[in-house]
Amino acid sequence: MRPGRSLFDKIWDAHVVAELGGGHSLMHVTRHLMHDGDGVPLQRLTARGLKVRSPELTFATLDHTVSTEPGRTPATASAFAARLALIRARAAAAGIRLFDIGEPGQGIVHVIGPELGLSLPGSLIVCGDSHTCTHGGLGAVAFGIGASEVLHVLATQCLVQRKPRRMRVRFEGRRAAGVTAKDMILHLIGRIGAAGGVGYAVEFAGAAVRALQIEERLTLCNLSIEMGAKIGLVAPDETTFEYLAGRPYAPAGAAWEAALRYWRGLPSDEDAVFDREVEIDAGAIAPQITWGTSPEQVVAVDQRVPDPAAEPDPARRQAIEAALDYMGLQPGAPIAGTPVDWVFIGSCANSRISDLRAAAAVARGRRVAEGVHAWVVPGSEAVKRQAEAEGLDRVFKDAGFEWREPGCSMCLAMNGDRVPRGQRSVSTTNRNFVGRQGPGARTHLASPAMAAAAAISGRIADVRRL
Amino acid sequence: MEPFTVLTAIAAPMPEPNIDTDMIIRIERLRDLEPHQLGPYAFENRRYRPDGSETPDFVLNREPYRRARIILAGPNFACGSSREAAVWALRGFGVRSVIAPSFGPIFVNNCYQNGLLPVVLPEAAVRALIEEVEAAAGRAEVTVDLRECTVIAPSGGRWRFEIDALRREALLKGLDDVALTLSREAEIAAHEARDRAARAWLYPATATG
Repeated sequence: MRPGRSLFDKIWDAHVVAELGGGHSLMHVTRHLMHDGDGVPLQRLTARGLKVRSPELTFATLDHTVSTEPGRTPATASAFAARLALIRARAAAAGIRLFDIGEPGQGIVHVIGPELGLSLPGSLIVCGDSHTCTHGGLGAVAFGIGASEVLHVLATQCLVQRKPRRMRVRFEGRRAAGVTAKDMILHLIGRIGAAGGVGYAVEFAGAAVRALQIEERLTLCNLSIEMGAKIGLVAPDETTFEYLAGRPYAPAGAAWEAALRYWRGLPSDEDAVFDREVEIDAGAIAPQITWGTSPEQVVAVDQRVPDPAAEPDPARRQAIEAALDYMGLQPGAPIAGTPVDWVFIGSCANSRISDLRAAAAVARGRRVAEGVHAWVVPGSEAVKRQAEAEGLDRVFKDAGFEWREPGCSMCLAMNGDRVPRGQRSVSTTNRNFVGRQGPGARTHLASPAMAAAAAISGRIADVRRL
Repeated sequence: MEPFTVLTAIAAPMPEPNIDTDMIIRIERLRDLEPHQLGPYAFENRRYRPDGSETPDFVLNREPYRRARIILAGPNFACGSSREAAVWALRGFGVRSVIAPSFGPIFVNNCYQNGLLPVVLPEAAVRALIEEVEAAAGRAEVTVDLRECTVIAPSGGRWRFEIDALRREALLKGLDDVALTLSREAEIAAHEARDRAARAWLYPATATG
């Protein structure tokens, strides 16, 4: 009897062009998403005399280097003018659809893929960015690749990959009020560690995952890479289909019906076997906030930062000491009450309309604390327009937040948006690495509601008590 | 791509866990510099003070580790961002192999595209190597032999390591993935034709909106 197959196996196997031996396969890529960081592979492709094999499966936007300054013009981020000109020219020459500044479709690549219906259940999606795992929230196998692999996909529409092992994480029970998908995934990373998912494709399942809306599932999958898993995914269901119906690039008419029939067969079989299983009681999760320089260094907002003296392993003790030193925190101190200088609401983790609604609900009728710089950077032009139609921009501006233009911005600080040295930021992003938001910047990761609560309080605060 | 066969070299200990690719190369450097110019900027935040002077106690600023071609790393080395510039910066510094208990998954693939060999050994083995190297003030060299899939400690202690046959072959011969895949175009076209027939909904002609 054929053993049961997982969601991941079904999608993976459908994209195998050839087995190459040694556990490797030649995989067909059904969606290749590109961004303005992809100049090097495009140049190299041309230099090698190669052409883009499947431009109709390739889509590009501008996000990493663009200015997010209100009223931006093409000249606002002049340091990157050459880079933007390059990708525009190369994309046009190759017949790749590029969503440019000012048009719906422009935005963070992991926001626009789902939003446009480019990211579909059952597809294999790659992009030269590690947070490509985000798209797994729609039931796709999606993963980040490096520049050489981007060139490989451009030239061949394929990739040489080793099939990862399968992990299933089941969030059972019900989330408490104030607890978001961001808190679920940060809690998981804290539990299994930043390397806990290395070598696995992770399927998120269980009642608390089924209950998530699509944007929340995207957030959940977004941080898969922060536990070392290149791939995270959630089985498609009625919530998925409802989200996708009518989106610009989603199938329509008879194609939609055919897709639905296919998608309904994708969830893992009852008897599917996983190499590792983790179960988490979603009801026991409190709002999370990181205290250190790895996403695994996380606590519930009502807890204390650890004391390195309690860590027996010398390398780990040293890592805790170094993190506390960099972050300017005292061993064993409560994390709540720590004063903040910056709040950043944005990034491919949390810049979608539901994220902005959650932050606005906290900000409404309140004021950003004296001395705190608080930014809201919508994930895409479409998110920005929707938020403005709902009046969320006014809510933020009235509260003293800065309302900006869509892009990656201060998440990776590539475009010049940075947190100054030594200053502390509560960010809805996915990486609290040393120097990530600017040299010497101190980052605490949290949900949009927690970030808004920090902006209002001027310190790290428990959103449930606001 | 430069082939990798056997390397005997100074090995620098960097045992802390979760050294990320942001730490290996800062994002700003990807803006202005070409891949071959990144060596001086590897571990920039660790190697230099804000005023540009060297941080004297950072391992890669000390003799003989300045000449390291191997890094003995902690768990989850090069986690985080997919930036291939992390590999280019390490190569630019002179590093040809990193030995660690685990690696960021995208970094591993990037290594294979650039002739850098990631070796997975148990944490205890990496620690034993570090102890030996440090006992000799760094002057005892470590050997990474890809032909034999073996790491040899200065004392002669040996550890076998696993590597996929396909990746080993490509590194030994300096083969390029793209050329190999281009030669399989007929198979790719046949797969795509079958998939387009079976899953036509997945292949957009144009947007409907």
